[in-house]
Amino acid sequence: MSDSAGTLENAVETQHGCPVQDSLGQRVLHASRDQYVSVIKALADDGYEMCIDLTGVDYLEMPHRKIGFGIQPERFELVVNLLSLSQRQRIRVRVQVPADDVTMPTLFDIHPGTEAHERETFDMFGIVFAGHPDMTRILMPEDWDGHPLRKDYSQGSIPVQFKGANS
Amino acid sequence: MTIISAGTAEGGQELLSRSELTAKELLREVGSVLRLSETEAALLAEVQTEAPEDQTMIINMGPQHPSTHGVLRLMLELQGETVLRCKPIIGYLHTGMEKTGESLTYMQGGTNVTRMDYLSPLNNELVFSMAVEKLLGIDGDIPERAVWMRMLLSELNRMSSHLLFLATNGMDLGAVSMMLYGWREREDVLRFFQKVTGLRMNHNFIRPGGVAADLPAGWRDDVLAILEGLPSRLEEYDILMTGQPIWRERLQGVGVITAQEAIALGATGPILRSTGVAWDLRRDMPYLHYDQVEFDVIVGQYGDAYDRYSIRFNEIRESMRIVYQVLDCMPSGDFRIQNKKVTPPPRARIDESMEALIHHFKIFTEGFKVPEGEVYVAIESPRGEIGCYIVSDGSSNPYRMHVRAPSFVNIQTMPHMMRGGLVADAVAVISSVDPVLGEVDR
Amino acid sequence: MGVVQNIADDGLGGMDHNFVTARIEDLVKWARSRSSWGASFGLACCAIEMMGTGASHYDLSRFGMEVFRASPRQADIMIVAGRVSQKMAPVLRQVYDQMMEPKWVISMGVCASSGGMFNNYAIVQGVDQIVPVDVYAPGCPPTPETLIHAIETLHQLIEDGEIMRRRVANNGGAGVELSSEPVAHTSVTIGSK
Repeated sequence: MSDSAGTLENAVETQHGCPVQDSLGQRVLHASRDQYVSVIKALADDGYEMCIDLTGVDYLEMPHRKIGFGIQPERFELVVNLLSLSQRQRIRVRVQVPADDVTMPTLFDIHPGTEAHERETFDMFGIVFAGHPDMTRILMPEDWDGHPLRKDYSQGSIPVQFKGANS
Repeated sequence: MTIISAGTAEGGQELLSRSELTAKELLREVGSVLRLSETEAALLAEVQTEAPEDQTMIINMGPQHPSTHGVLRLMLELQGETVLRCKPIIGYLHTGMEKTGESLTYMQGGTNVTRMDYLSPLNNELVFSMAVEKLLGIDGDIPERAVWMRMLLSELNRMSSHLLFLATNGMDLGAVSMMLYGWREREDVLRFFQKVTGLRMNHNFIRPGGVAADLPAGWRDDVLAILEGLPSRLEEYDILMTGQPIWRERLQGVGVITAQEAIALGATGPILRSTGVAWDLRRDMPYLHYDQVEFDVIVGQYGDAYDRYSIRFNEIRESMRIVYQVLDCMPSGDFRIQNKKVTPPPRARIDESMEALIHHFKIFTEGFKVPEGEVYVAIESPRGEIGCYIVSDGSSNPYRMHVRAPSFVNIQTMPHMMRGGLVADAVAVISSVDPVLGEVDR
Repeated sequence: MGVVQNIADDGLGGMDHNFVTARIEDLVKWARSRSSWGASFGLACCAIEMMGTGASHYDLSRFGMEVFRASPRQADIMIVAGRVSQKMAPVLRQVYDQMMEPKWVISMGVCASSGGMFNNYAIVQGVDQIVPVDVYAPGCPPTPETLIHAIETLHQLIEDGEIMRRRVANNGGAGVELSSEPVAHTSVTIGSK
């Protein structure tokens, strides 16, 4: 089950200096933090003109997961889905973001459509996008504490009380 | 556990007043998207600052406003009747669905996602189910009948969603009779859904592995009744709205967006198609059996609200074309995959077999385990590309479930469409973007 | 001469028009219940069913409720249709405060009534924490029939005067202060899952 990442280490294909993984038939690039913006830029020049989605994942509960390619897994991961309208292809870029430095460069200059996505990722995971023009919360109230989609943030369920029922 | 604090100055989410406005904020609103050169952006900024603060006014539209389709809040800066700036503020319907989705099993997940885009719930369930099936590796083994049923329901859902768009678009622009007609037609489709799924909305009918139940007896006649009744009514709407000079005046040339802007902003669906980009996932990256049916992708030319209206209008007709073909192709057979891992035993077996009862109980309490991995699956919902990104850690709950909601991205186009227009046109623009706030905020 | 003379001559048969005698209190209750206008407070899925109820097939105007007022100041019944998030809660309360007395609240759907399936950080677990609710309509979403039933129930309660008696008795209604309700800041425990 868990060796799907391990078997892929044989694949040595790279694109723009990033190892390429085949995740269930989908093309995934593992970029480092330094490569991140330049890879997205290079991909945009390759024809991936649309940034479809940008989101984060908090891997707090999977610290020893295998990524392969000698990449050190970190707590957070940034997932960017790109789409090429002309080639009818998708590509996904995954970037590891360490917990002690959650600042990432923004993609706003390349894909202005990531503005809302980056704000949402900041709101939900606390990943800060340096250079973003309006780094504020988007979904939660602005005085909210914490970032709800982090794994150490409780779901906030309140036990259901049954009161006032005729017994 | 170390608590990480993000070091940002979280400012207010509101629109800044003009005196606090920095060039950067302005650049965010126009410059970057239009890819203007810096001198042009600066020129624009100069023109903007010519309006002194005492002549402009920041007003709040929403979150409780009849024409904002729910709880969308727009902050508009007006000079007289002209919209100078606009900032959509969302989050008033934030439901924490992605967090809740992490604690629900894959079996229960459909209940959650179906409540996101409540105008096309079946499309939400479809994309979630397809993502789970891909993770399970059974996406090629779904029975034919289930696939065609999914297409049938998905297209009928597209019709009901677009009919509701016609209704609300008419209501927002003052054609209130259109609202009554749109709802009337939608009721026909909903009645069919109720017969098939048991519910009018939020069906949770399309599930990983197939669909929840087979089509009821007489379904074909019901579908044919809908398909035969609709064309004459659509012609009525053509007379009522499409050719009507007032309607055209209200919509033509309003909320114009170019293909370049739409692509830069990530807009999909009718907004992207209205700019002349023929992009429809059903045709360009086919899923289900859309490569086996014939239909046209409706494309606009001017990128204005009228184009978006006509695209949705004609997509109803295209959906009807697809449904006719689905009726011809519908095979007999299983409606869900016969894979013990994901499929509960049939009801009759539970009464006679203890194992079946245990199996049934385990599937509905523990759920089924999904191999480790991550996957992104996208389909064409009535509003654009809806995608589902699931990370599985090998357990029966998704480790992370993210939905790429088309309305969430499409809302970003509003400031560009409204800029320089009138307040009355702002209503037309909101209506033509057709956002569903449940999906925007999730 | 005139009406008085006619009545003096022929008793009530001398009247030109029909008329009804009643206590003013009953007339007021009757009028209130038969022309209660809704404030359109559509939030989520339930709002679609609420609009569907007002549309041609279910035709809410049969009950004197065809006008959903956009302005809370012109409305009598607030139908809270959908889930109320923590961010929306203050807005909802403000809209309620802007409505004129007498006013009533229908909590439509399980999300508004109890949080429903969304028992999490983002959703107010029951709109009755913010505004006093008179009738709860169950369902997810309630069908238009359910909503009509809820409205009919409310009309009956208004006509009986039971609601107003209850309000007076417990000093309820608009007497609830928003500031006393810890709505916007629900503390969430960090580190426990």
